[in-house]
Amino acid sequence: MKKKEEYVATIGLEVHVQLKTRTKMFCGCAVEFGAEPNTNVCPVCLGLPGSLPVMNEEALRLTALAGLMFGCEIGPVCKFDRKNYFYPDMPKNYQISQYDMPFCLGGEVPLHTLAYPKDAQKAIANPGKKVRLVRIHLEEDVAKSFHLENASGIDFNRAGTPLLEIVSRPDIETPEEAFAYLTVLQQVMVYGGVSDADMEKGQMRCDVNVSVRRVGDEGLGTKVELKNLNSISGVRRALAYEIRRQIEVLCGGGRLEQETRRWDDAQGETVLMRTKESAHDYRYFPDPDLMPVKTERFVAEARGRMPELPWAKRERFVKQYGVSEYDAGVLADDLALAAYFERAAAGSKKPKAVANWLLNDVLSALSSAGKGIGDCPVSPEGLLELVDTIESGVISGRQGKEVFAEMFATGKRASQIIEEKGLKQLSDVGALEVLCEQVIRDNPGPVADYRAGKAAAINFLKGQVMKLSKGKANPSVVSEILEKKLAG
Amino acid sequence: MEIVNLTLYELRQKIRDGELSVCEVLEALGERIAATDSTVGAYLDYNIERALSEARNVDLSLPLGGLPIAIKDNINVKGELCTCASKILTGYRAPYDATAIARLKSAGAIPFGRLNMDEFAMGSSTENSAYQLTRNPWDPSRIPGGSSGGSAASVAARSAFAALGSDTGGSIRQPAAHCGCVGLKPSYGRVSRYGLVAFASSLDQIGPLARSVRDCALLLSVIAGHDPADSTSLDAPVPDYTANLREDLRGIRLGIPKEYFSEGIDSHVRSCIETALQHCKELGAEIVEISLPHTPYAISTYYIIAPAEASANLARFDGVRYGYRTANPADISELYFNTRAEGFGSEVKRRIILGTYVLSSGYYDAYYLRAQKVRTLIRRDFEQAFQSVDAIVCPTSPEPAFPIGERTSDPLKMYLSDIFTISANLAGICAISVPCGFAQINGKKLPVGLQFLCNFLEEQKLLSIANAYEVTTPWSRQSPPI
Ligand SMILES: [Zn+2]
Repeated sequence: MKKKEEYVATIGLEVHVQLKTRTKMFCGCAVEFGAEPNTNVCPVCLGLPGSLPVMNEEALRLTALAGLMFGCEIGPVCKFDRKNYFYPDMPKNYQISQYDMPFCLGGEVPLHTLAYPKDAQKAIANPGKKVRLVRIHLEEDVAKSFHLENASGIDFNRAGTPLLEIVSRPDIETPEEAFAYLTVLQQVMVYGGVSDADMEKGQMRCDVNVSVRRVGDEGLGTKVELKNLNSISGVRRALAYEIRRQIEVLCGGGRLEQETRRWDDAQGETVLMRTKESAHDYRYFPDPDLMPVKTERFVAEARGRMPELPWAKRERFVKQYGVSEYDAGVLADDLALAAYFERAAAGSKKPKAVANWLLNDVLSALSSAGKGIGDCPVSPEGLLELVDTIESGVISGRQGKEVFAEMFATGKRASQIIEEKGLKQLSDVGALEVLCEQVIRDNPGPVADYRAGKAAAINFLKGQVMKLSKGKANPSVVSEILEKKLAG
Repeated sequence: MEIVNLTLYELRQKIRDGELSVCEVLEALGERIAATDSTVGAYLDYNIERALSEARNVDLSLPLGGLPIAIKDNINVKGELCTCASKILTGYRAPYDATAIARLKSAGAIPFGRLNMDEFAMGSSTENSAYQLTRNPWDPSRIPGGSSGGSAASVAARSAFAALGSDTGGSIRQPAAHCGCVGLKPSYGRVSRYGLVAFASSLDQIGPLARSVRDCALLLSVIAGHDPADSTSLDAPVPDYTANLREDLRGIRLGIPKEYFSEGIDSHVRSCIETALQHCKELGAEIVEISLPHTPYAISTYYIIAPAEASANLARFDGVRYGYRTANPADISELYFNTRAEGFGSEVKRRIILGTYVLSSGYYDAYYLRAQKVRTLIRRDFEQAFQSVDAIVCPTSPEPAFPIGERTSDPLKMYLSDIFTISANLAGICAISVPCGFAQINGKKLPVGLQFLCNFLEEQKLLSIANAYEVTTPWSRQSPPI
């Protein structure tokens, strides 16, 4: 009997990402999620006789951009091939894809701490790991089949949507790394405006290959393919289950079959779909309807659209705004949040305080309201004003919380709320001196105590000034005045 | 002179001059079809009534105003059936116009009938139609050639003034030669393929068949040009091909490929060609021998590349979305297998299997990849040749039309009838067949075709040279006995 600890997993991911183009890959039909079935179709994407594909140049640009973002190699020419197989969701019974001259080769995906699942961030086995890519190529998506009671239906709206296929090397070793890999992929796609990469909408889909082998063994173990993975956390769960299952089979002296298994998220297990089929011969050949593509122009145009990538943004936030590495990570994780932060922080003398307010008060208010940063009722400029008002002592931190709650509920500006509620701190030295003098006159006992060396007695006097000012007095100014007067 | 004997050009002139009305023309045409087509079988269907109603609104000042044009059944004409003479497209109606059709229509032409062909343009005799036989108007016991057999037969039989066909390996030129009309295969990319049901995408071209070179020039001027819907169409200016057509060949160098005249040419054809070459000399041409050394590989190269592309192009005919579907399939595989087994004819199946085989892993390099390399060599042969000659001249077909049924069981022999036409498709250059005499066989006159080939995009030169030959010989003006 072998021990579980002696095994490591090898995981390879093949991720499909729908490009965020207005129209399909080879025709002018709209790319639209949730339209009535078979409404965004034409002779080309239905594969009707006589129709011909015409390249969507925006898809080429976005593919180049994806390649640049992951540091891929992009050759001077790429070409498109026909991948032949029969399936009802394939209008032509071949898919236009890229075989031996893909758009992008190589590249890597850097995994960072915050991309890992929260509960795994404390114990990352391989911090700073980079997952290498085999290739990124461009192809057309297929239609979507529906299985009704006595028939099947096909919706061709999705057919012909530009699709990236991103193939990783088998560098991933744990479900958590797979989670982090997918999170970073998704993040970068959104950063570049390449895709919305929403797994629930099918804009990002992934196939997983996983095998286990004994530590020290040279060759890889028997590969199992997992299907029906509909969320990043689902991929993690499926892999955790599958790796455990494979190790248990091997520990029990069993053998693994090369097979395809379906993840059942509700049951939390993988179920056998089919065992190894005879390898499919796709009979790839260059598509004679499409000319090979010279990539130079698209790469140049993509270069002009290169966004600041998440890892660069994190680094800059630490340097430019003095926020902690952790906070920079959280801010940069979400492009909209990062943009919000920058708008608020840019005009602030205390960007760190802005970050604190954003990451604590704003995010928690949003989450209890069930809102995203995109529909936050407090604008970045509004938050900046609030934080500045607190930092300059116009209102206290405690008052700030009250003002923020009001801002969030009503959308009013901080200054307006402070005005309406009369919250403004009294910092005028002349006015405060009058109050302090009155308190000193009225409380000879504590004054004597203080002067006798009981330093804490000043707090009582301070409290009296605050009371007189109805809480508006600026406490630090009051302390200063009292100390001066009592000393004198 | 009978209306139906007019060329398209003459017809246009008479309509413009008010000597003839479009109605008279259409009625005469309808009568001619009714009189001949039960024998010839060129038309799958036609509609003179609708043509008449369309003619009422047509602008006669347009380049083809009111001229009826018949269309090969593999070109989409919106609202019409488009079956490629295959059972698998039974009842399929085109939901859009092919670009060539849209251009014809906007030039005032009236597409009015669908012409028979070899199923999916695979064949050289039109015997592979799932629907009917088409007979040669000069001898109804013989084939009209193929695959655009209906196009050539209708033009020759005077049951069409002109027609569109498609040429993948000679499918316009070979039937034009067999039926005694003029057939032009434009350079690859000159005419948009959008709406032409694909057989072999890298070889297919739409082109005209007519009774004169000038008519072909007129039609080409309309249908040629860049089309954003076809990525392989060329963005090159379209001249008026009917302008400056010459009537002599002074200063023209014609090349005769020695590989084409070695053997296997029918003696009647050989003597017609020799006379034609003599005539070209008399017109002022200089005739030189040239070499196209890779000629022997053209047929095998073609029969790898074309079926490979076809095997993918024809995969979409599966009974799932349109066309023929087998009855009561048990599951999706049976739907595929039975639909395709029942829907395709045997020649189409033969080529799909051939194409599937040459693309299979383990065979791809030996067949498809090698064929592509040879194709490049064939293209270079022509580039080389055109450095020293203006045009290449040779027979269109090694023999006159053969009897119906003679080769249906011998596909290899059938394939060899494309020996002189296939190279132009592989090289992407333009070529034309013009009538050059008759072979007298069993008391019947069988037309022989002379082929001119010019370099890529040199249609103007090609048409001019062919015109000089055509207008100074009597052959294109002969009517078949039917
Ligand atoms: Zn479409």
